[in-house]
Parts: sequence; C-alpha cells; structure tokens
Amino acid sequence: MSVPSVPIDPTTSSDPAAGDPAEPLISEAAVNAAVDAALDAIAVAETTAALKLVRSEHAGESSPLSKLNALMRSVPGNQKAAVGKLVGQARGTVTKALTAREDDIGSAEAAARLLAETVDVTAAASTWKAGARHPISLLSERAAAVFVAMGWEVAEGPELESEWFNFDGLNFDEDHPARAMQDTFFVEPTDAHLVLRTQTSPVQLRALLSRELPVYVVAPGRVFRTDELDATHTPVFHQIEGIAIDKGLTMANLRGTLDHFVQALFGPEAKVRLRPNYFPFTEPSAELDVWHPTFKDGARWIEWGGCGMVHANVLRAAGIDPEVYSGFAFGVGVERAVMFRNDVKDMHDMVEGDIRFSQQYGMTV
Amino acid sequence: MRVPLSWLGEFVDLAPGTTPEDVHAALVSVGLEEEDIHRFQVSGPIVVGEVLEFVGEEQSNGKTINWCQVRVAPGDELAADGGPAIHGIICGAHNFAVGDKVVVTLPGASLPGPFPIAARKTYGHVSDGMIASARELGLGDEHDGILLLASLGIDAPAGTDAIPLLGLDDSAVEINVTPDRGYAFSVRGVAREYSHATGVPFRDPALALTVVAPVTRFPVTIDDQAPIRDRIGASVFITRVVRGVDPTRPTPAWMIARLGLVGIRSISLVVDVTNYVMFELGQPLHGYDLDKLAGGIIVRRATTGEKFTTLDAVTRTLNVEDLLITDESGPIGLAGVMGGASTEISAQTVNVLVEAANFDPVSIARSARRHKLPSEASKRFERGVDPRVAAVAAARVVQLLVDLAGGVADDLGSVYDEAPVPQPILLPTGFVSGLIGLAYTGDEVRDALVDVGASLAEVDGDLQVTPPSWRPDLTDKWTLAEEVARIVGYDRIPSVLPVAPPGRGLTLTQTLRRTVAQTLAATGHFEVLTYPFVSERANNLFGVAVSPALVSAGAVDAGASTVDVASPLSISVPLSVPQIKVANPLDGEAPFLRTSMLPGLLQIAQRNRSRGLVDVAIYEQGLVFRPEAGVRYGTAVLPAGARRPSAEAEAALNAGVVPQPLLVGIVLVGNDVRHQPGQPAVAAGWQSSLAAAQQVALATGVRIEVRQGQHPAMHPGRTAELFVTLPAASVQDGTVSGSTVSVGFAGELLPTVADDYDLPAVVAVAEINLGLVFAQAGGDLTVTPIRTMPAATQDLSLVVSVSVPAAALRAVVAEGAGDLLETIDLVDDYRGAGVEPGKKSLTFALRFRGEERTLTAAEASAARLSGVALAGDRFGATLRE
Repeated sequence: MSVPSVPIDPTTSSDPAAGDPAEPLISEAAVNAAVDAALDAIAVAETTAALKLVRSEHAGESSPLSKLNALMRSVPGNQKAAVGKLVGQARGTVTKALTAREDDIGSAEAAARLLAETVDVTAAASTWKAGARHPISLLSERAAAVFVAMGWEVAEGPELESEWFNFDGLNFDEDHPARAMQDTFFVEPTDAHLVLRTQTSPVQLRALLSRELPVYVVAPGRVFRTDELDATHTPVFHQIEGIAIDKGLTMANLRGTLDHFVQALFGPEAKVRLRPNYFPFTEPSAELDVWHPTFKDGARWIEWGGCGMVHANVLRAAGIDPEVYSGFAFGVGVERAVMFRNDVKDMHDMVEGDIRFSQQYGMTV
Repeated sequence: MRVPLSWLGEFVDLAPGTTPEDVHAALVSVGLEEEDIHRFQVSGPIVVGEVLEFVGEEQSNGKTINWCQVRVAPGDELAADGGPAIHGIICGAHNFAVGDKVVVTLPGASLPGPFPIAARKTYGHVSDGMIASARELGLGDEHDGILLLASLGIDAPAGTDAIPLLGLDDSAVEINVTPDRGYAFSVRGVAREYSHATGVPFRDPALALTVVAPVTRFPVTIDDQAPIRDRIGASVFITRVVRGVDPTRPTPAWMIARLGLVGIRSISLVVDVTNYVMFELGQPLHGYDLDKLAGGIIVRRATTGEKFTTLDAVTRTLNVEDLLITDESGPIGLAGVMGGASTEISAQTVNVLVEAANFDPVSIARSARRHKLPSEASKRFERGVDPRVAAVAAARVVQLLVDLAGGVADDLGSVYDEAPVPQPILLPTGFVSGLIGLAYTGDEVRDALVDVGASLAEVDGDLQVTPPSWRPDLTDKWTLAEEVARIVGYDRIPSVLPVAPPGRGLTLTQTLRRTVAQTLAATGHFEVLTYPFVSERANNLFGVAVSPALVSAGAVDAGASTVDVASPLSISVPLSVPQIKVANPLDGEAPFLRTSMLPGLLQIAQRNRSRGLVDVAIYEQGLVFRPEAGVRYGTAVLPAGARRPSAEAEAALNAGVVPQPLLVGIVLVGNDVRHQPGQPAVAAGWQSSLAAAQQVALATGVRIEVRQGQHPAMHPGRTAELFVTLPAASVQDGTVSGSTVSVGFAGELLPTVADDYDLPAVVAVAEINLGLVFAQAGGDLTVTPIRTMPAATQDLSLVVSVSVPAAALRAVVAEGAGDLLETIDLVDDYRGAGVEPGKKSLTFALRFRGEERTLTAAEASAARLSGVALAGDRFGATLRE
C-alpha cells in the first residue's frame, strides 16, 4: 500500500525517528512506518485471536498511530489540515486492512468448521419411517379417479346385503342357474335373506333407486365368494363396477368408456376386446378382455371382467322404463389387474398382509 | 361340454387340418369360451396283431405268463417299428386264443401316462412290444384282460394302424356353456355355433331323421298335481320300443372313442347309445328294460316321505316337489336326474323302452340340488332342452339299436307333447342399431336371426321374430339384439365415449377416507386388507366398546358374565356381543363377521413377526358388522324382481341392513424408531397409538379429545378413549357423554391378550369409528386473525393430585388465563423429591400475545396468575416454588 506523500516541508525529511529537533511533530515518515508495521502484522495474523492482538497493538489506544494522533493537538494551526489528513488516511488504511483480514480469517475459519462438521449422509438416522398403501386400494382409487374426471360419481353400499339387491333385483330368478353358480356366503338365519355380496352390482341398483336420472356411477368395493384361498383365488376380493343409465346409451358407448378406462389406467396402447357372454343382469352381455404390450408374460389378451347393456328387468326393478332409458354396466377385478399389471404371481401375497408386499408400492401404484 | 372334432365334422365341414385350437378360436368369437383340449395320449406305432402261437411259462412266483408270437405285419414286410413281421411278446393275460386279433403297441409307441413302450428283457425273454388292454389305450376301464378286436366287431389285417381304427386319432374341444345356451350342450348345437362363427353350412341332424309315429299306444299319464311355479313337470314324454336287441353286441370302437372324449365311460351298447344320442342332440334319454316294467308309466310328484332307490343303490327319501316316473310297482325314475335299479338295462335286456321327455327346468334343478345328484341329464334340463328334439332323439336311438344291436323297431310307443309353442317377438326397425350403436342393414339383422333358427315375418315394417324351439332364452327384443350383434360380430361395434353430465366429484367421506389412508401411510403405517371372518370370542373381546361408567361400576347387564377389565392376569371375555354368523363359513374357527378391525390386524401383525419382521405398524380401513341386540335383520320375504318394490318393501329391505360402520384399526408392535447411529430405539407403545389417532384427526380436520378410558381387551392404565365434540343439535342417546361422542380407543393391549396372539407384551392399538369422525368434518371454519405483536413467554409449574389429568389442568389454566394466552404446552410431569406423595408437578410453557400492542410483563403475569387461580379453585393446584 502506498501512502500519499504530503509535502509538509519540502526541504526536510519528515522522519520522526531521526530525532531532528527541526523536524515537525508528526512526520510523514513516522506515519508511514507505523502504517507499514501495522500492515505487516495484519498480513501475518492467521487467526481471529492473533488478529485481535494485532488490532490492539496497531490500532489500539497505545498503538504508534494513536500516539501520533494524540500529538495533533500540538500541530501548528496552519499545518493541522494537512497533518490531520495524513494521520486520518493512515488510520483508515489500517482499519480497512484489519476488516478485510478479519473477513478472510472468518471465512476460512467458518469453512474449516463446516468441513469438520462433515457427516456420512448415507448413514443418516431417521426418526420417521415409511409406510405404504395397499395396491388394491390404490388401484381402486386410481380407477375411480378416471371416472370422476369424466363427471361420474363414486357410489358405495353395504357388504352384508339383502338377497334382493344381490340377486332378485339383478334379474337372478330364485331358480336361475346362475344363482346356484354363485358361491355365496349366507348368514344366519338364512331365511332373513342376507348375503355377503358376491359382486358390487347391488351398489348399481341402490344408485339407480336413490339417484335422479341420468346416472353415471362407479362402485369400487369388496366382494365375497366361497372360494378357498389359493394362488389365483381368494374368498374376499375387490371389484370396480360402473353403470351409466341415460337416454340413448349404446353398446358403442360401453366400448368407448372401456377404451378410455383401460387407456387411462394402463397406458395409451391398451386395447379392449368384447366377446359374447352371459350375465343375468345384462343383455346383450360381453366378456371384457384387455391387452397391453407391457403386460407380464408378454402382450396378450387377458380376461378381465364382464359387461353389457343393463337388462331391462334390472331397470324395471329400479322403476326405470327400459323403453325410454338404456344403459351399460361393467365390472372388473382389482386383484386380477394388480396380478397382470405388476406380475404378482400368487394371491397369498395380496391377502396375507406381509408388509414387504405393500412396501414395494409405497404410496403409488 | 366336450366336442370331438370327428363328430363335429359330421354336421359342419371342417377344413382339412383344422386343429382343436382353430375350433376354439371360432367358438370363442360367438361366445363359447374355451376351457380345454382333450386327446387320447397315444402315439404309434400301434398296430393290429394276430396271435400266431403262445407258450404258458410258470414263474417262481406261481404266476403263469405267456410267451407269444404275434404277427404285426403281413407276409415278410417290416413291421411299423422297423422290426420283423413277427414279434415275440410277453403277455400276462389269458383271455385270448391263437388266431385272435389284438392291439400291439410296438417299441417307440407311447400310451397314456405317459407310458413309453420299448423292447425290454423280462421273464427270460426280450418282449418286443406290448399287447394292450382297453384301459391301457385310454378306451375305458376294462383291464381284466387284453383288448380283443373281435369284441368291438373289428377284424382287420395284422399290421393295420390301430390308432385310426379305434378312433384314437380324434380330439375334443372343451367349451364353457353359459346358462342361457342349453342347446350348446350338444354336438348339434355347437356345430350350429361353429357355422355362425365361420360361415360354413350347418347340416342339422335333427332334420336328417324321419320320425315315425307309434301305432300301438304305450300307456303314459302325466299327472302333476303340484306344478312348481305353475309349470307342469313334463311337457313332452315320448316313448318308443325296440325289441330283440342282442345284448352280446359290442359297442363300436368309434362310439367308445367319442364317448371317451366327451368324458363318458362305455357301459353297454344300449346305455352307450342313449348317452351317445344325448351328446349328439342334447336330449337326455332313458332306457328301460321293457320286460321289467309293470304296466304303463305315470309321471307324478312324490308323496311325503316316499322312498326311492336310485341306480347308484342309494335309497333316497323324496320331497313332494320331486318329479317321479312310476309304474305299477312304484317309482322307477327320479325325472331328469337318475333312473331306478328295478327297471335298469342289464346284460339280459332284449326289449327296450326308450324315454325322451322334456322336464321343467326348475323342477329338475331343485331335485338335482336337493339330492346332490348333478348329472349330464339334469345339467341339460336345468338349462332348457329343445322340446322339438325329443321325438327325433327317440327315433335316433331306435335307429342305432336297429343298426348296431340287431333290434327291431316296434310300433309300440307314446307321444305326449304339450310343449308351449314359442311366441313371436316384435322387433321394431332400428331397435338393434339403436341399442348397439352400429347401423346394421336390414339384411344383416334378418340374416343373423334366420341363422340362429328364428322365423321372421314383417308386420307394419317391423319384424316379428319367432325364436327356434331350442332357444328358450330368446324372450324379448334385447335378446334378439344380442343375437344380431353376436352373429355380425362384437368386433364391429364402434367405440364412442359418452359424455356424462357434470359430476360433483368425490363426496367428503370419500375424500376423507383417502386422506386418512394416505396420512397413515405417510406416517409410517402399512395398509393391509384382512378377511372379516373372526371367532365369536374375538368379537366378544374386541367387539363393542363397553361404557366406562359401566366398567367402573363393576357390573354389566344382569345375567351376563361380569366385566373384569382390571385383572391383567386373565382375559375375561365379557358380554356376548351381538354379531352375525356366516351360515356356510370356509373356516369353522372363524364363522362370525367382525365387529372390530383389531382381531384381523393382530393376526397379520403376528404373521409379519413370525417372518422375522419385528417392527410392524399396520392399519386397515373397512366395514365392521354391528347388529344391535334384539333387532331382527333382513326380510322374511323378498320382493319379486323385474319391478320396483313397493315403498314399504323397499323401506323394509333398507331397514333390514345390519349397521356396517366404517372403522380404521391400527396396530403397532416393536419399535417406532429403530436403533441407528446416534439414535437409540424408540419402542412403540400407548403413545404411538395416540399419535396415530391424532394423525387421523389431522387428516380429517376434526379435533379428537383424549380421555383416560377402559376397554375389555386393553391395558387398564394405558388406554385412552377418544371423543369428538358434537354440534349441540346432534347429541344422541347412548354413546353420548355431554356434548361429545365416543369414537374409539387408543392404547396398549392387555399383555395377556397380546400373548394370546403370540405377540410381545406391548402392543399398541387404536380403533376409530371413521363414520362418526367424518360426520363432524368439513364444517365452515372461522379463522382467528393472526396477532403480530411480540410474544411474552412464561413457564408455569403447578402441583396437583396425580389423579388430575394433565389435559384437564391445561384446559383450566387456559380458561383462566383468558384471551391473551396464545398457546399452552405441557413440558414436564415431575413426581418425587420436593413434591409430596400422591401429587405431581406439571410444567407448562405459556405464550401470551396482545392483539394491538406489546404486552407488558405485568399483563402477562396477571393473565398467568388468573390461570393459576382457576386451577386452584378447580383442582386445588398450587404454584410450585
């Protein structure tokens, strides 16, 4: 750093150390020397503590510069301005150097402190833990969301249901072979005609009885059949059922709805195939097959559920005139979808509640 | 239904090389779902052999085996296995003689098993092949000796390929026949469908026969005094007689092979013929030994307590709904289900009465179910048999017995035919297109309906469609629309997405269910889905909350066992909780429907632990089944289908539904936080279940109040009962305490209960009735304005009796401190030196804040002291100095 030369007396040296009695009280040389000494000391201070000492020695009350400053009182008036400026600039220089050095040391020390605080981020202890949803619930919710986005509503109903809602109202005659085909859980006393619903279709009927037309509802839920648990069967499983009743609905609308549904759920390449089949509650009826290139075991048609145009007798059971209204319904198995979509090979994994199963899904399906 | 391709090929032309897979693919397209493919598991070389000579050789074990020289190729030609024309073969059977023609499986052949044939050393010879029995060939059960071709009426030169000779080159497709398509339980019906699928012409075997009416009447009376649902039990009853049948005639090999493929064992020619015709035409038939019949036949309902011995030698007690075929001796057949032993066709039968009847589907279905006797006949009657095919089928049986059994068609017989004529259905123009959403041409509609056998007439521009006799399922215009769509092809139906009217989205309950599920998963719990089947004991233990007041009184409900929740030494199962029993449970140990989520969750917790997963936090949202004591649920009578029940009937159905509230159950075992670097393990306990309950509260936005509680399955000192505050107007009876309602429990299980489930002593559980919580959610919240002045914080330590709940003390301090108090948090609970026994010191951190200006220390202190004063009044609390 260069100290500006102040021409106090151009003919003489201003070194106070010379002790020349003719010299001024505050010589430029003395000021410069004090500044140089201070700057040297600042430059070598390595720590905040050392710098504090330097500050005391070179900028404190007993420092050379302070002592020179104290002589200002004796400086003749005509020199006060020039000398004052000289001393002031010198003190400013030192203070500025101190601050700069202080910042440097502070930064370095902070950096060192942070470095010392380094942890192994891969060994973090956690006071929270991850849980998981069950894929059956997640897929049911996703499926319902597809329909809600189309303006449909979600309906629910009891699991222990009157036989009327599970059978009679759905066009299962008392002696209908299909009624015997269903492996139904009855409850005691059986003459009270209560069953664990074998399908989510009773919810359709309840929706038709309780809502204003037109009706577009989807009913996800748990259903029951007396199948022993094995790799592909479980007595308690889940369906998603949809029903739409409006004026002029067609089987083409059923296909359109199913196309949209499977594409929203499985991806844009998914396809639907309808095959003639029989259900008491639809006429015409169809088996619903679904195809997707990424299904496990290769791209193939997989039987997924049943569908069709709602049977006139079902509409009549809900007090709806089949000559005025028409509609379609469909039902698919959620377990089955999880199986073919995620390559779940054994039903046991879905019903046993082993947390390692759901853990693979986390919060999404 | 299984259909041999050779049989199918008699009624439709199958292109050369048509495989079972091809046939399946065609049938699936018209709605006959593929099930399986059946083949004789045999492969060549299997040839006709002629026994030239044989030597009996006695063995050390006492058996005699025959060392045979068998010609398996003519002259000096090489045999089919490349060996010499005469093979030396060991044979253990003795039912043959020199000159007999037999079936020889040569080395390289394979029989069902699979059982590969090779030349092998045995009994001191090299046996160069095997002489086969009928069973070894897959042609039935006969294994008493080798198959003699003469017994099948076959004589072919040695070396002839036996596989086509015996029909073993045939295969059958198995399809699933839906309940509406009874006619497809016949080769005739499936051939028609194959024609629909492929367009190849169908030759109806029913039209190929000439039916000759009997001249002499065999007496038959239909006397149904109790028709089921107004339908007479028998609408058609045809009998025909064939005399002079030769009981020694064999069933031809082709018939045995076809019956084998459809799953029917060959019994005798007469029986085989009736079975054969049933599969061919779909008409169940029964043959009686005419000489064993006593007088004419009367068809009637059984009388109360009447007994009948069926063909399987079981004597059955009949029901008055059972339809019987009887003669003067009594019952000779359970109509459409099974015949009787007394008139059975036997090895001596020479005169046969053939019955071809049409029985009411409901009557037969009920009888078959009642006597647990599903048969090929009942299967067909239940789904509806073509009433017009009965006479044809009887004629076909006569024809086969004449052709194959040497019988003579007799002019004795009977014709009873009261089958209803199919009624025409009006099909308005455009209906099919309008329902399906595809513009069918008039020709497409007409052609499809004619294809399926309907006859058409035009009435005022619309079609009048009379369904064929074999399609009782075609009853209205919708069923006709399905036929058109099916015959033209479902693949032609376009895809048109309908536009629903604007919806309201998820309901609040549906949204909250999802939020609760997501929140619990996000806070470390795993969702599981349990079966709702439990034991009565589990329901009694976990079922319905016992009112704390009753528990503290020490007795519940006169006559019931006492509730002894305070004893941790034994599980005292309390009251019999009202619950629903499954009539036909899969697991006899768990026949009841759950009244609580916890038993199922505890089992799953145990299963995870048994698999080495020690830290388990699981939950399930689901319905429980909570009948109220003394209420009779369900309805004794069900309204008819196909019309809306009356308002009263509908109300009764709804009133009969058992209450099924939505609950969430939570179970935590092991550690909440596991041991980690710098982090000691935190065990799960009562606080974990309370945390879970608060997570549910957070998810629903409903404040859940925690009070000390009691539950029969839970730790008497570590159980909280959970409450929500009701709006003043909705206070109800029973569960209400003040203006709050109990919504569940959280805490730890009784250690003895935990042990009962093979779980460690500390198991944290919570169960919350979400329906009750959700009912309080979603109210309009009034937001408190945020004060921005500086806060004043102060601590407060109060000494109170240990019996004073912290929450109560906290509430009183807050009440006393008034509006300036912003928050109050419990920070310490101290008991010990400096605090007298029986008391505790509770320390709270208080934060005060003024609305419009900074509070002075004096103002904050004054508010604090107001709180202290009120706590002193209410609970005798004193400031701890």
